Amino acid sequence: MNAPANLKYTKSDEWFDPETGKAGLSDYAQGQLSDIVFVEILVDEGDEIEAGKAIASVESVKASAEIYSPAGGKVVAVNKDLADKPESINTDPYGEAWMIQLEGGSAGDVMDAAAYEKYCEERDH
Amino acid sequence: MIDAPEKTTTDVKIVEPTIFDLSSPGRTGVTMPASDVPETALPPEALLRSELPLPELAEVDVVRHYMHLSSFNYSVDSGYYPLGSCTMKYNPKINEDTCRLPGFLFTHPLQPVETVQGNLALMYQLQEWLKEISGFAGITLQPAAGAHGEFTGVLIMRAYHKSRGDDKRTKMLIPDAAHGTNPASVGMMGMSVVTIPSDERGNVDLKALEAACDDTVVGMMLTNPNTLGLFDEHIEKVIELVHGCGGLMYGDGANLNALLGIVRPGDVGFDVMHFNLHKTFAVPHGGGGPGSGPVGVAAHLVDFLPEPLVGIIEEGEDELPPLYGFVKPEKSIGRMKAFHGHFGGGHVRAFTYIAMHGPDGLKDISQYAVLNANYLQVRLRDTYKVPYDRICMHEFVAEGRFEGSDVRALDISKRLMDYNFHPPTNYFPLIVHEALMIEPTETENKDTLDAFVDVMIKIAEEAKTQPDLLHNAPSTTKFGRMDEVKAARELVLCCWLPEGYDLEA
Repeated sequence: MNAPANLKYTKSDEWFDPETGKAGLSDYAQGQLSDIVFVEILVDEGDEIEAGKAIASVESVKASAEIYSPAGGKVVAVNKDLADKPESINTDPYGEAWMIQLEGGSAGDVMDAAAYEKYCEERDH
Repeated sequence: MIDAPEKTTTDVKIVEPTIFDLSSPGRTGVTMPASDVPETALPPEALLRSELPLPELAEVDVVRHYMHLSSFNYSVDSGYYPLGSCTMKYNPKINEDTCRLPGFLFTHPLQPVETVQGNLALMYQLQEWLKEISGFAGITLQPAAGAHGEFTGVLIMRAYHKSRGDDKRTKMLIPDAAHGTNPASVGMMGMSVVTIPSDERGNVDLKALEAACDDTVVGMMLTNPNTLGLFDEHIEKVIELVHGCGGLMYGDGANLNALLGIVRPGDVGFDVMHFNLHKTFAVPHGGGGPGSGPVGVAAHLVDFLPEPLVGIIEEGEDELPPLYGFVKPEKSIGRMKAFHGHFGGGHVRAFTYIAMHGPDGLKDISQYAVLNANYLQVRLRDTYKVPYDRICMHEFVAEGRFEGSDVRALDISKRLMDYNFHPPTNYFPLIVHEALMIEPTETENKDTLDAFVDVMIKIAEEAKTQPDLLHNAPSTTKFGRMDEVKAARELVLCCWLPEGYDLEA
């Protein structure tokens, strides 16, 4: 699994970039879900949201999952291309497959990359 | 010239053409007699459809086509079907006789009640039996299947709180091992879901539950035994906590097959529960449906049941049977179905099943279901990791993965098809990695169970020595490995439309 050091992570497997305000689903989570076949973003530009709010719904061949916002703030952009390319969550979870971008956001209950990697390893057993 | 059929190999398959492929213009199965009534003009042309691309075939072609297709099918009548949480038990054939008795078959739900007393007597008795089996005070037979029963049950819970002026309850507590239909039913109601984790023994995490219980809680939806096949060791405490904050306890009856004649959910403190007649009571399941999802409620919720219920409207005397009819509960949530539920397909079959077994037979069902599951678990646990490894109920969940191997649960399941077994449930519950959820049911004998275990052990060996056998499985079926990703992403059911069919028209 891959967890870039500049990002923050939640226990429910979302990532948050404090620099850009972008958020999405972690590499570990996409690996667990396997091939993702559907994604729907549940918030709109301009929405004021709190950390923990459901921002997207994702379906893979194995399961469906809700994605929760790792931070609170104003949604300034949503990735409109993602619905047509759900597979990009598998191939580029931290890049092309960002889900929303927040402004003035404050991270919720998040951990750094090292802590997140440890947390994922524990769950693998 | 006619080609000899290709020998079936792993990459050349003889596939049945579609009914449209078999069609030939003008071919017909019936000859209409000459008209013996006066002809009249057709409706205006604007109301007529000029093209209706129905296939044209003779009767024998239609029969052969569907016979071929049916031979592709795998069912509980053709082999072992250990699909966990679905209780794919054998459906005794006497049920097919009783539900086709002319008195049941040729009745209509709008007939005057005096003319359908037999039907109503059966429904009344089924309500009484389900009460006796579950410990509840009232039963509705209306819901069409399990999830419809959940929706009905949650409506009843909401109506109960509202009737007490308790309007701020909007949250439903649902364990992470729950069936996906539970949060879906709650979502349809506009309520929110609070997920409660499981502890390391597979029980509801009591600390998390206690923290979530407050005066905004509608109640909790719990499957017990849960989808790990485990009976919650703290069930009384769980119910006490939910009741303690004013919530109601909903039981998902999907796993009732483990409890018949042993534990009555109503006695344990559940307030509402749906039954899956198509699981526990041997009504055909899946494509063989329709299902049937009656709901039972405790005494304080009886007034909220859907209307109408079957009741006695005039007591009998001496030799005279009572007069059955329909009654409306005082604060009913209304109708859940246009008529009275799935009568012939559901109620008559379940009635027959209960009548044929009797109280002792029902208890035997659960005891053998639990025994069979534990037998499989014990024989498989050294080969497949069982993460919540304790005495199970009617099913258990193993991991379909091996240290240092890229074989996944899906590969194991597909390989089972090569050995003519239906795969267990895959990837559910979500809290187990590469889950294989195995439910043998009570109907399987030791020879079948042993044959299944032997194959599972053989597949584990193949995973080590010839993993590609698993990755490429199945190879002995009509169709090989399906491309699930393509099927989910490219939603095109057919690559062409029948000739003469204009999509724009």
